[in-house]
Amino acid sequence: MAEVVFDEASRIYTPGATPAVDKLSLTVNDGELVVLVGPSGSGKSTALRMLAGLEPIDQGHLRINGRDVVDVPSKDRDIAMVFQSYALYPSKSVRDNMAFPLKMRGMDKSEQSKRVNDAADILGLTEYLDRKPKALSGGQRQRVAMGRAIVREPQVFLMDEPLSNLDAKMRVQTRAQIAGLQNRLDVTTVYVTHDQVEAMTMGDRVAVLNHGKLQQYATPSELYDHPVNAFVAGFIGSPAMNLMDLRRANGAVTLGGTQVPLAREVADAAGSADTVTIGVRPEDLSIGGDGDGVKAVVDVVEELGSESYLYAHMAEHPDTTLVVRGPGRTKVRYGETIAVRVDPDAVHAFDASSGERLGS
Amino acid sequence: MATTTERGPATATSEPADQEIRRSTRTGPVLLTTLTWILAIGFFFPVLWMVLTAFKTEGDAQSSPPTFVFTPTFEQFATVFDAGIGPYLANSLGATVISTLLVLLLATPAAFALSMRPVEKTQDVLFFFISTKMLPVVAAIVPIYVVVNNVGLLDNIWTLIVLYTAMNLPIAVWMMRSFFLEVPSELLEAASMDGASLGRTLREVVLPIISPGIFATALICVIFSWNEFFFAVNLTSANAGTMPTFLVQFVTSQGLYFAQLSAAATLAALPVIIAGWVAQNKLVQGLSFGAVK
Repeated sequence: MAEVVFDEASRIYTPGATPAVDKLSLTVNDGELVVLVGPSGSGKSTALRMLAGLEPIDQGHLRINGRDVVDVPSKDRDIAMVFQSYALYPSKSVRDNMAFPLKMRGMDKSEQSKRVNDAADILGLTEYLDRKPKALSGGQRQRVAMGRAIVREPQVFLMDEPLSNLDAKMRVQTRAQIAGLQNRLDVTTVYVTHDQVEAMTMGDRVAVLNHGKLQQYATPSELYDHPVNAFVAGFIGSPAMNLMDLRRANGAVTLGGTQVPLAREVADAAGSADTVTIGVRPEDLSIGGDGDGVKAVVDVVEELGSESYLYAHMAEHPDTTLVVRGPGRTKVRYGETIAVRVDPDAVHAFDASSGERLGS
Repeated sequence: MATTTERGPATATSEPADQEIRRSTRTGPVLLTTLTWILAIGFFFPVLWMVLTAFKTEGDAQSSPPTFVFTPTFEQFATVFDAGIGPYLANSLGATVISTLLVLLLATPAAFALSMRPVEKTQDVLFFFISTKMLPVVAAIVPIYVVVNNVGLLDNIWTLIVLYTAMNLPIAVWMMRSFFLEVPSELLEAASMDGASLGRTLREVVLPIISPGIFATALICVIFSWNEFFFAVNLTSANAGTMPTFLVQFVTSQGLYFAQLSAAATLAALPVIIAGWVAQNKLVQGLSFGAVK
């Protein structure tokens, strides 16, 4: 049971260059599953590897359960990691793979096999214990990697994109399994992914990183409803939020000839800036039946059955594109002009230059 | 390549389409197979001829045109054994086995360091290793002879062991390095997080993966040392002579005693062939590193 604290921790590959992880500060509470998410090069994997002891911490501190681990080698940090490639030992059987960390710690044989059998039972691997990794499917290998982490009964689990080598169906299944297992074992877990759906569905809290900097650290719903800047707004949510730079006049912005009023606090926060970045999620746009709203021409219709997404460009500004959520089995077709209505209460506003959120 | 050779005319006829395609692609593979057979036989024939000649009488061996049908005899092998093959065989075996073991012992850690823990000058070190192979041995034989003579190690098997080790080391380091590079770094990281020391990681994780590579490297070293002639003929005589120098005794300037020479050569080639056979399974494994992912 442990709490993990990144305290202004940095990883600088080459002095003078942009740090791979730049003064990261975040606390993972005991038993919490925290997801680090971001595009490639955001520093999320580096941050995890710093916690794992596979990358040095060049500045700042990193504490596991109050102990500063900056100079502690990874084997003494009481952590276990699931690698993206699983990193199973190819010459060892599933049983020996899972027992390896226990053997290295000099645990006695009977306790080793008890723990391995228990873990195999939890993960449904009992009948595969004597196989070699190459005789297993991708999903089974993934579970062996999980098993090797579980038997250790570590203070912290680290997972580096553990689902990225699985096919789509297996990924959804395993996603739920991991989340369920983590709940059951109640072990502090740090999980890295580039997939924002994984982040939203699995994380108790999610840390969004970009260019080595922490952008926002919050619960999934907080991230979705109140992104602190335009990057988080665009990164979280699928399809992505519509983000548009719009001119503002008299406390409102003009979107395709339609006035969208801005909240007073947004207007106050924007100050004298004459452009603001407006963000609207696809579900907060609706198709007006009577031709009232922003005129847009449909380019692509994605029909999902229960709902549909319409990719359109504005009739008056062909460069501005919009994604609109429509009803399932929509009648709208390619090339049609639709009238899009904006829910003014659901509009997010960001500073056009810094990207910071305006208002609450 | 093979499928494009005979496309044109075949498609113009009125036969069913699926038969068309099958027929038009058939000649290519047949040609390639034939070519492969011709090449393989071309390479294998001299060896076959040597083995056949070893079982002939000198009279049969000299006959022109050559005979394929003859009464086999072990007479030549008996002569070769009578000529005292024992010490030469022992010397070759000793020089080959010991130098190969030394090479593996030295090349494995070197290759590990050069592949898993690269530093700024790693490329330079690699080049230095291979550059030692760029000088022809004949250019270095005089200084080597002088040194060996001064330390009193002429006609000593340990001289050959040291030289064969030095001769095979660069190739072994390069070969082993390429095998080590196939080991994913995540495996080493996983082992270190699991609490394994470097020694245990090497023994329990890395070596089982690269063992086919070690076998391949060992086989190359065995072949090179077993067949080495130049050092052996210049630095040894009665005491430390190896199989190739023994073989030379049967070469006469008149081209006589072909059958005897063939028998000696067959005996000299046999150990290498056996070694290759034994290592074959492991070598095939070496080509399929797929188990890692």
